[in-house]
Amino acid sequence: MGFPLLLAIIVTPLVGAVVVALLPAARTEVAKALGYAFTGATAGLCGYLLWHFQTGDRGFQFVYDQPWIPGLGVRFTLGVDGISLFMVVVTGLLFPLGLLASEKYITHRVKAYVAWFLLLETAIMGIFLTLDLIAFFVFWELLLVPMYFLILGWGSARRKYAAMKFFIYTGLGSAFLLASTLVLGFLHQADTGVLTFDFRTLADWNGLTGTAEVLLFVGFMAAFAIKAPLFPFHTWLPDVHTEAPTAGSVVLAGVIIKMGAYGFVRFSFELFPQASVDLAPILLVLAVIGIIYGAVVAAMQTDLKRVIAYSSVAHMGFVILGIFSLTVIGIDGAVFTMVSHPLTTGALFLLVGMIYERLHTREIGEMGGMWNVAPVLTGLFIAAMFAGIGLPGFSGFVGEFLSLAGAFLYERPFAIVAALGVIFAAVYMLWPFKRAFAGRASGSVARMKDLDQREILVVVPLLALSLFLGLYPKPVLDRIEPAADRAVRNFERKTDYRSPEESRDRRDTERRVEREQRRAEAREGEQ
Amino acid sequence: MNASDILDYLGIIPLLPLAGAVILLLAGRRIGEPRAGWLATGMMALAFLGSLVALFALLSLPAEGRLQVNQVFTWLPAGTFSVGMGTQADPLSVTWLLLVTGVGLLIHLYSIGYMHGDPLFSRFFAYLNLFAASMLILVVADNLLMTFLGWEGVGLCSYLLISFWYRRNDAANAGKKAFVTNRVGDVGFLLAMFLIIATYGTLEYTAMAPAAEIISAGTATAIALLLMVGAMGKSAQLPLHLWLTDAMEGPTPVSALIHAATMVTAGVFLMCRAYPFLEVSHDASVVIMWIGAITALLAGTVAIVQPDIKRALAYSTISQLGYMFLAIGVGGYEAAVFMVLCHAFYKGCLFLGAGSVIHGNGDNQDMRIMGRYRKFLPVTAFAMVIAWLAIAGIPPFAGFWAKDEILVEAYAHGDYGVWIVGTAAALLTAVYMTRLIFLTFFGNARFEGADAALAVPVVSGGSDEGDPAVATAHGPHGSDGHDGDEDPFEDHPTVVFGEPPRPGRLHGHRPHESPVLMLVPIVVLAGLSAVGGLLNLPFGKLDFLHQFLEPVFEGAKGVKATTAQKLTAEGLSVLMALIGVSIALLVYRRGLRSPDRDPLVDRLRPVSTLTGSAYYWDAGVTRFVGGPGERGASWLNRVFDARIVDGAVNGTAWLFQRAGRAASRVQDGYVRRYALGILLGTVAVVCFVLLWAGR
Repeated sequence: MGFPLLLAIIVTPLVGAVVVALLPAARTEVAKALGYAFTGATAGLCGYLLWHFQTGDRGFQFVYDQPWIPGLGVRFTLGVDGISLFMVVVTGLLFPLGLLASEKYITHRVKAYVAWFLLLETAIMGIFLTLDLIAFFVFWELLLVPMYFLILGWGSARRKYAAMKFFIYTGLGSAFLLASTLVLGFLHQADTGVLTFDFRTLADWNGLTGTAEVLLFVGFMAAFAIKAPLFPFHTWLPDVHTEAPTAGSVVLAGVIIKMGAYGFVRFSFELFPQASVDLAPILLVLAVIGIIYGAVVAAMQTDLKRVIAYSSVAHMGFVILGIFSLTVIGIDGAVFTMVSHPLTTGALFLLVGMIYERLHTREIGEMGGMWNVAPVLTGLFIAAMFAGIGLPGFSGFVGEFLSLAGAFLYERPFAIVAALGVIFAAVYMLWPFKRAFAGRASGSVARMKDLDQREILVVVPLLALSLFLGLYPKPVLDRIEPAADRAVRNFERKTDYRSPEESRDRRDTERRVEREQRRAEAREGEQ
Repeated sequence: MNASDILDYLGIIPLLPLAGAVILLLAGRRIGEPRAGWLATGMMALAFLGSLVALFALLSLPAEGRLQVNQVFTWLPAGTFSVGMGTQADPLSVTWLLLVTGVGLLIHLYSIGYMHGDPLFSRFFAYLNLFAASMLILVVADNLLMTFLGWEGVGLCSYLLISFWYRRNDAANAGKKAFVTNRVGDVGFLLAMFLIIATYGTLEYTAMAPAAEIISAGTATAIALLLMVGAMGKSAQLPLHLWLTDAMEGPTPVSALIHAATMVTAGVFLMCRAYPFLEVSHDASVVIMWIGAITALLAGTVAIVQPDIKRALAYSTISQLGYMFLAIGVGGYEAAVFMVLCHAFYKGCLFLGAGSVIHGNGDNQDMRIMGRYRKFLPVTAFAMVIAWLAIAGIPPFAGFWAKDEILVEAYAHGDYGVWIVGTAAALLTAVYMTRLIFLTFFGNARFEGADAALAVPVVSGGSDEGDPAVATAHGPHGSDGHDGDEDPFEDHPTVVFGEPPRPGRLHGHRPHESPVLMLVPIVVLAGLSAVGGLLNLPFGKLDFLHQFLEPVFEGAKGVKATTAQKLTAEGLSVLMALIGVSIALLVYRRGLRSPDRDPLVDRLRPVSTLTGSAYYWDAGVTRFVGGPGERGASWLNRVFDARIVDGAVNGTAWLFQRAGRAASRVQDGYVRRYALGILLGTVAVVCFVLLWAGR
């Protein structure tokens, strides 16, 4: 089996968390250094994973399989494919940056902060890498603990309310997830006599009846839709974002809310293909509502962080739109957005955090004129803002474009309404930007300092990566594609769904041949 | 290296100003004032040279072989769909390359003088170079999506440059409005691309002609009209025109380069690339033709009574762009391109001239308090007079040939309705331009202290030193300098219709001529406005541009106008131009009796109030968005989201909590314990339901 790379990715931050927790509380510098060391090491392992990932492979790679609770058929199975690969890599990237961004802001109980932060990374990595449903649930629940304590310990004024809301709301979703997982396992046992929660075995099993499949789909959906968050299950997100520390927000917007979307593609699609096809229109409607509604409500926020929080609702709408377009191009776009959104929104949250550290407010009305005093901050904010709006050249556009194109192929009205979100995105970003940055500086804004080297170093990699992926997304798309293709083929194999992309294939080829001929003729004409 | 090898390197041209932009963004402040401008200008000069090389390389190929596509790399591969980054060298792209780099070079040069002393000097040139790069990407692209990349890039730069003086609330708002309005158009562009992907799968331009033949006429109409929505946004056609006049808040070189000569013609470029769909879809052509004609006419009626020199020119631009779309609608693609070129010459000249006037008279844009400026700005006056004759359609200047070719095409095509509207708009053009020139340069001087200023002998040449009044009058950037004693009107350089004139706007400055650096581009553009017609004379084999562009539009069913048709259409339009000039001369020959008495406005009331206010469309949209629109959004946020959606969540949580309390009768305050109980209970209930229902 070789070196268990995926296990190492999960365990490294866990070891770090334990080591940091055992330190004496006064050794903050050591805690910080260990934090960088362990998140850095994890990032290195992720880089190694990215490097050795086989691009054309449609299946799971680096599979690690160990029995865990034999009596219940629970195994500890890990594997990575094109859909989870980049979520793991992005997580690996965001954690060291998150620590770097916390330097100034986190001044008390640093040791505990670092420990919880590392535990959070373990939970997230586990969620994206595990292929056993029970293990998945365990990580899914494990995530709540560090997140709860991070918000409660280092959040803003209403942190208790936010932490509790997050805990109960997503916990409620998890309850549905656990119940559905157990039932799925038991039904499989009743049918085949084998008790297992191995995802791949269950995906190959075709014994579900129609009603059971729909109910189980809804059970999984409860967990995923809350986490995604899909309208109307989104209200926890702005509250939690506003109260969470910057690094928490970055990780929350960056990877935690992607877990819902990931759950749909990874689990719902393969376990409940018929229900996914049948219920796709409902999810598309919710996605489209999320895109427009999230954008409109974002525009009305007076708190800069809430603007970005609501914009995440709109962006996740695009992700769900792409996923449930049930087309390769749409799923490509959705997964790509899941990679791109952490970069752009992460940068925006980091910048808002930096503004907050200077002005001690996030109220847009108390800002104004920052452009005069902080040109570097403003320049980076402009870049992050347009990356978030989905300006071509930045990664956000690639994902949005492909998701919309997929939705258009699937059912045009969804894409047409969702495309209006493009206008609202400009409104909800440019309007607050104008109020916060343009005009004359006065009061505390006039005395504000521009970004220092460390802060620039935190934000620039994210934006540079977003720009690179916007101009050259091929390396990422090439790795996502086989997995997206597998998902769509899975529908075609198990249901009577046919991808609208297929019918076009042949004509396309014919035309390409024709064009080549014309070009050849034109070239001959020259000579 | 033979010609086609050279054309494979077309992609270098946009990279030159892009490199300039990157350098200036990173190290602009260190590079400092004059050098940053020269660096950016140098990049444009290189890009212009590159475009010339491309032109000669293209000309060395046989006419039918002038198409060279070079796929550089795959940009977006997804499923069965794939689109690349590549360049397409053909007469259309090379024409636009020369336009953008040529006029761009002149305006960069001009900006070095105009932006002198601005604290954000190097940032301005970074944006300007970034704009040029985006615009060049837009035109060299070999597919729609890459054009869209440039399309949004120019939108970004337009936003940044309109809001360049971001301290002014109006400027910041105008930039935002421009971007958002353009995004409305972009939705059309995006949907057109999706429709193309859905129907034939590739966004490449070379695939459009074969594709148009196989798709249904309805689809072709839809694609053409959706692209037109995009073009309406970028090229400020009705009803998406309302951002362009506000865009005048930007520095004047920006108005000249982006909002007159180049970016606003991107819509025309797009429709030229999409001509195969128009050839298939008569319906789409008719719609486009009428949008163009109505825009040309209505914008003309608005321009005629504007007091602000830049706003008058902006409405004029909208009107002239209308002509271009009229041409495209009647199938006169070459005529549209010809108009784009000529318009860039004379409107570029007029805007730069207007900038020279504004720069030279204490930031005043109100024509009602100008007058007799030819005494103070002789070179500017001379150049603008030529451009005036060109735009008014007086032979043999450029505008005559361009506009008349369009009107001849419309007439020969049998579209008499648009022909009449277009000819009427020609009359308006002559009137508003004559009014503008005479209010500014001729007639009586109406600014404060005019008599004293006129008494002093005028020193020509425009050196800023030696005239103490002038030395402090540094352009619109003055607003950055004196924060202490604020002029309440300083934040509003724009003069909207109906605003009373304030003779003190000049702040006691005597109008003066601009430095040589600014005059050279103005004079060059004036020269081009005079002789631009030579590009495409409608006699025998002298229609060079037409011949050059013909292979691009192969298969276009153009109508060959008979000599009689030509004479009728041209004769009538020249007549209209002469009538227009005469009317305006009668009214404005001597200037205004008093700054607050504009005879055209006063005599045409209440019509002039209606047209001067741009038919209240802009105000109406603003009021709707700011009124019911904002109230609705606010309701969604405050009531629906906070009370109903979130209220349901909190209500449910509260209910559970109450139920938990009632069941356990223990009130120890540990919410977490309830939470755990709730979760376990839910698991049990859901398990039961699922097992029971799933049997």
